[in-house]
Amino acid sequence: MATAVSIAPEREHYLNKEYGIRSWLLTTDHKRIALLYLVSITFFFFIGGFFALLIRLELLTPAGDLVQADTYNKLFTMHGVIMVFFFLIPAVPAVLGNFLVPLMIGARDLAFPKINLLSWYCYIAGGILVLHAMLTGGLDTGWTFYTPFSTAFSNTAVVEAGLGIFINGFSSILTGLNFIVTIHRMRAPGLTWSRLPLFLWSHYATSVIMLLGTPVIAITLVLVVLERAFHLGIFDPTRGGDPLLFQHLFWFYSHPAVYIMILPSMGVVSEIVTCFSRKRIFGYYFVAMASIGIAVIGFFVWAHHMFVAGMSLYAALIFSILSYLVAVPSAIKVFNWTATLYKGSVSFSTPMLYVFGFIGLFTMGGLTGLFLAALGIDVHVTDTYFVVAHFHYIMVGGTVMGYLGGMHYWWPKISGRLYPEAWGRLAALIVFLGFNLTFFPQFILGYLGMPRRYWQYPPEFQVLNVLSTAGSTILAVGYLLPMVYFLWSMRYGELADDNPWDAAGLEWKTSSPPPTFNFDETPVVTWEAYNYDELPTPQEVHVEQ
Amino acid sequence: MFDNFPLWPVRASTTAGSVDALYIFLVLLSAFMSVAIFIMITVFALRYRRRAGQQAQQIEGSNILELTWSAVPLAVFMVIFVWGAIIFFQERTPPRGAAEIYVVAKQWMWKLQHEEGHKEINELHVPVGRDVKMIMTSQDVIHSFYVPAFRIKQDVLPGRYTTAWFRATRPGTYHLFCAEYCGTQHSGMIGQVVVMEPAQYQAWLTGGAAFGSMAGSGESMFLQLGCSTCHRPDTQGRGPNLVGLFGSKVQLEDGRTVVAEENYIRESILNPSAKVVSGFKPIMPVFQGLVSEEQLTALVAYVKSLTPQASGAAGTPGLISPGKPPQEPKE
Repeated sequence: MATAVSIAPEREHYLNKEYGIRSWLLTTDHKRIALLYLVSITFFFFIGGFFALLIRLELLTPAGDLVQADTYNKLFTMHGVIMVFFFLIPAVPAVLGNFLVPLMIGARDLAFPKINLLSWYCYIAGGILVLHAMLTGGLDTGWTFYTPFSTAFSNTAVVEAGLGIFINGFSSILTGLNFIVTIHRMRAPGLTWSRLPLFLWSHYATSVIMLLGTPVIAITLVLVVLERAFHLGIFDPTRGGDPLLFQHLFWFYSHPAVYIMILPSMGVVSEIVTCFSRKRIFGYYFVAMASIGIAVIGFFVWAHHMFVAGMSLYAALIFSILSYLVAVPSAIKVFNWTATLYKGSVSFSTPMLYVFGFIGLFTMGGLTGLFLAALGIDVHVTDTYFVVAHFHYIMVGGTVMGYLGGMHYWWPKISGRLYPEAWGRLAALIVFLGFNLTFFPQFILGYLGMPRRYWQYPPEFQVLNVLSTAGSTILAVGYLLPMVYFLWSMRYGELADDNPWDAAGLEWKTSSPPPTFNFDETPVVTWEAYNYDELPTPQEVHVEQ
Repeated sequence: MFDNFPLWPVRASTTAGSVDALYIFLVLLSAFMSVAIFIMITVFALRYRRRAGQQAQQIEGSNILELTWSAVPLAVFMVIFVWGAIIFFQERTPPRGAAEIYVVAKQWMWKLQHEEGHKEINELHVPVGRDVKMIMTSQDVIHSFYVPAFRIKQDVLPGRYTTAWFRATRPGTYHLFCAEYCGTQHSGMIGQVVVMEPAQYQAWLTGGAAFGSMAGSGESMFLQLGCSTCHRPDTQGRGPNLVGLFGSKVQLEDGRTVVAEENYIRESILNPSAKVVSGFKPIMPVFQGLVSEEQLTALVAYVKSLTPQASGAAGTPGLISPGKPPQEPKE
């Protein structure tokens, strides 16, 4: 251990305990697995982002002139598949959740460390299949795989991609399972449910969705593969199937999947907003129960994706009203975060800027959700750019802002180094501006009637499309910056203190980076979550002396 | 408004106004809420920004506030829900007596046929001020019939009929889009709806090539396929009498009752044993794969035209007379 390469003998922690590729690929340390996920999801994020830039470049002009129609269809399909299944769903839970759930409850590791490693291999196996499908024929069904197009008409690698997503689904299921058992069974003495940080409440709610919802999409994709390969009549009406059955099954998972994406980010926001305003969270129980409420009600709103699909009028009414119910807990959270700032001691550090961005963009996404849940309006705007804008405000504006905020907040713990604060703030600002310029014009485009997934479009939509494309290039810069300075900081960043933000929470009570088994002795919790009244308010970030 | 930078879609149907009204309400509500939250965050963040020697004041929460900001949004949401549902009811309930257009979608083309028999491709001519109902199906994958200027959209599915309706209010030419992704040329599956003054529309109708009415060509099919041997206009046939069938309640052999609408007629032609009428045997042959979607819509149009009043008129003995003269007089 203390083979003195550097001048001072280096303390042993999870990063320097072992070196070599085997020590990473066969690790069962939740922190190392989190980093394996971090590298893999970042890889997929930049592939998916590259596709997005090509899509935006094609849409710069009304004519389809940059790529062929089929290529365009493959681009938006692969953008969706990669971003949803290989970035947004695993992003916060598999990286930050994996790293932090044991630390936050004072445990040595997750309940099933080997299953945790298995989940990463499922992710990688699924990812390789999807990448292979992408390179050999691609996929042009849209990430939604609507039948009978996907089962009887598409000439692309539907079976392979479907199996890739199927296998990747197990990574979600195993992560969810692990979190649920860990949070139930491995909390430190004194860490009661009512003292649990909200990050854990939101991950608990997320895990329940992962565990109950993912099998449904897995089965659905298997049915698609079976119909395509063996011509079973499940969804194809010419063989006695029902294409709407597919949509019900697909959205039964894929709507709750939106909550898999957003709930963990909401947990991140609760951690950051308290730390950087030095306050208890306003309405702890309401924020915690809102997570559970979203997870439960979120399972009963799926058919709001199908108001014009040929469903009965009365079914549409029920799904409309349920969709309004699920909006209430989201509103509760936004109000509570805002109220937490009141009479606080608010710092404008980078993580907090991402939180401000999250609240702003998520509020816009949520409010436009009210438009889509209104039956009469949904008829006009569904399947247009209005929907595209709406879900990007939630899934990129919400999830990714939360993810980046969390990455900055916990980076000193993960890496033991500080990122450059000025660059951090600049990047947060660029992401916020670039995001709005990219997606706000799409709301207008959608109400004007521009359908989604269009390779070419009538010329009157051009100006708004140009604005959107311009925004996307700014957004790309905003996303590249953190990657660059995080990498830079790993070598050149200032060494971080164990608790550079003077934050509450057990993860800050161990060293940065933490030792392999997290805590030298099991902590005993005698305080409520976010006991900022008992902590000093820092004037600046601590640097290790 | 600029030609290449419109900010609001044209309003050209009776529905468009009510959709826009709710939309504007929601835009104002959202703007109000966004601004309110923005101001609160800005004020709190600046007023309580970190300063040396100043501590945060801990506040646990407030049940009254929590209840308020749960109940008030919920109440507002319920108003939006009801408002949206009312518009949806209008959108989904075609008025009686609407003109009927049969739409068959395929990759990547819209085929439309008027009751009078006029066929159009990627173009639909309609008069101002007339209710028009579309009865739509697809030959292959799911498509979606979308006319932004009318604020209507309805997915078009293979294997069944879906319907949509509108009443145009303003002459002009409007986009018709396919809004459900349907393959390579999805974005090329576009067309236009031409709304005309009634007089112009009449001129357009009579100006085109002579087509037989849809019910007329349906009748020819009915004879050709031998349907008429069993489906007689009396009680003697081996199949049910179809006169007055459309819109009536049908008692089935298995005890269920169904309303004889377009999808029922369609299913009974393609797969007759799915719903056998009480008192009859499942002897009708299956026509799945034997008739095209267009022939099927003609047959459906014919069966719909068989009203008791129409069948009183003189027709070929032993046959059911269509509601409308089968053929335009030929020159």
